[in-house]
Amino acid sequence: MNRNIERLYNGLWKENPTFVLMLGMCPTLAVTTSAINGIGMGLSTTVVLVLSNMMISALRNLIPDRVRMPAFIVVVASFVTMVQFLMQGFLPTLYEALGIYIPLIVVNCIILGRAESYASKNPVIPSMFDGIGMGLGFTVGLTFIGVVREILGAGSAFNVAIPALDNYHIALFGLAPGAFIVLGFLVAVMNVIRRKMEEKGKPLPAVQGCLAGDCAGCSLSTACTGKSLTHHVDELPPVNPAEVAKPTANEMEVKQTANAKNSEDVEKSGSDSSYADDDIVGKEDK
Amino acid sequence: MSDLLKVSSSPHVRAKDDTSRIMLYVILALMPTYVFGVINFGLRALLLVGVCIISCVLSEFLFEKAVGKKSTVGDLSAVVTGLLLALNLPHTLPIWQAVIGSVFAIVVVKMLFGGLGQNFMNPALGGRVFLLISFATTMTNFEFDGVAGPTPLAALKTGETVNTLDMLIGRTGGTIGETSALCILVGAIFLILVGVIDLVIPGVYIVSFAIFIILFGGHGFDTGYLVAHLCGGGLMLGAFFMATDYVTSPITPLGKVIFGICLGVLTGLFRIFGNSAEGVSYAIIFSNLLVPLIERVTVPRAFGVVKEKKVREVKANE
Repeated sequence: MNRNIERLYNGLWKENPTFVLMLGMCPTLAVTTSAINGIGMGLSTTVVLVLSNMMISALRNLIPDRVRMPAFIVVVASFVTMVQFLMQGFLPTLYEALGIYIPLIVVNCIILGRAESYASKNPVIPSMFDGIGMGLGFTVGLTFIGVVREILGAGSAFNVAIPALDNYHIALFGLAPGAFIVLGFLVAVMNVIRRKMEEKGKPLPAVQGCLAGDCAGCSLSTACTGKSLTHHVDELPPVNPAEVAKPTANEMEVKQTANAKNSEDVEKSGSDSSYADDDIVGKEDK
Repeated sequence: MSDLLKVSSSPHVRAKDDTSRIMLYVILALMPTYVFGVINFGLRALLLVGVCIISCVLSEFLFEKAVGKKSTVGDLSAVVTGLLLALNLPHTLPIWQAVIGSVFAIVVVKMLFGGLGQNFMNPALGGRVFLLISFATTMTNFEFDGVAGPTPLAALKTGETVNTLDMLIGRTGGTIGETSALCILVGAIFLILVGVIDLVIPGVYIVSFAIFIILFGGHGFDTGYLVAHLCGGGLMLGAFFMATDYVTSPITPLGKVIFGICLGVLTGLFRIFGNSAEGVSYAIIFSNLLVPLIERVTVPRAFGVVKEKKVREVKANE
């Protein structure tokens, strides 16, 4: 499968951020009171995600490994500010409806997760498609939740009132508990579909990487040195993380690992913790 | 001869009680309340109870059919849920809302968590609170004798005086089953006599609630005010029929006491300091969520086990 299309498929279905990775739950639960809000939130996140993925990917050799998090945040925050001002100028109603959740896109874990686990290790074009796939996956997820909640809670879909539901509004679905209940049901439906697909003999490719999931959802992702275990491992021969961490390893193998552009990179990423230790020791000595 | 020497493994004595029998007792105990509700509010109440019971049983049956599980409709627990839910609704509630509440109670609160014995909160109360949040207007529209008016508790909250004798008998507005403290007590005494519930949880609940009202109610030891609070709202129904739900109440003796105090204090808090006049449903649901924690800290010591001595912590300056 083409790598770019694979990225889209990955974001929309295989590792859908809302229904599979369960990332970005805060906006997912808070703003999906209507379908339009869901789409608005999803698309603005997508724009930020695509742009920040591209920027971070382009700068990946310039950003020192040890300050990558602040650097990512600066990039993401710049794009979020741009999106925020544009939205305030051209879509004031949506801006009002989304409120605090627009600036909070800065700390959306999908965006940071993609930057950390994909964009910082891959070329610009695949990173862009990764951003598009993940962003659209998020948008689809939010829109689905929004539609269901709007129909049940307000008797309308995409702000168009459904006459048959005029007197049948269930206010709970417009409130926070309704968001949890709808999300739970949609995840259940998704799991049923997945299981059906597996039974039909179309098993979904297993999610690769450490543990069961993506590095983005892994609490060790910042400390983890086994960075070669990204999702497109199928293109590469299996690499022993211990070997990757050492710059002395076979030159060819190092080149094949996703994040290691040159042996310097590998050295830095492989010995983060020892650098930090040195720093502390140094300070104590002074 | 052979009978005399027959050796079998334990248990040797079996009680006749099973789930459906206990549920049957509960249904019987609710009958006075139910009949009084129908007399009090008319045939509309009868219809609502029927709708709730049928939709509860039907949704349990259909859900189990859909997920391919063995049907448990026969244990009558869905009937009890439907009956209790209906007794907690105003008789003017639209039918479709009652149906949605019943489906929510059975499918979301009970079956999705694994069915009877696994539900984390009382299904009937879960359904009631769902309806209360979703349809605040129709759920608090209390009519009595064709006239819409405040419930005794709401009147009490705004400082009016209420007729406590009417409240004891139940000739007041309110939900179908909560008005008559007398009928509920008759059912409760029956349940206690047949051994389905014990007095610990309801007793501690009511006593701690009464103490709370005396301390913080603002009326001191005013018997009329106290009786009105005890007979008003869902306190009696909740204390005897819903707080004592086997699944969602603690089984340890000390746990039951803590659970009861929790209920009493929360109900008092909601009623005296909350916005709404009533708080029994929320108090019971909230305490239901605390049950696993309560049970964990109140596990009794097994017979013969010596209590471990606490290692004294040596303070730094000693």
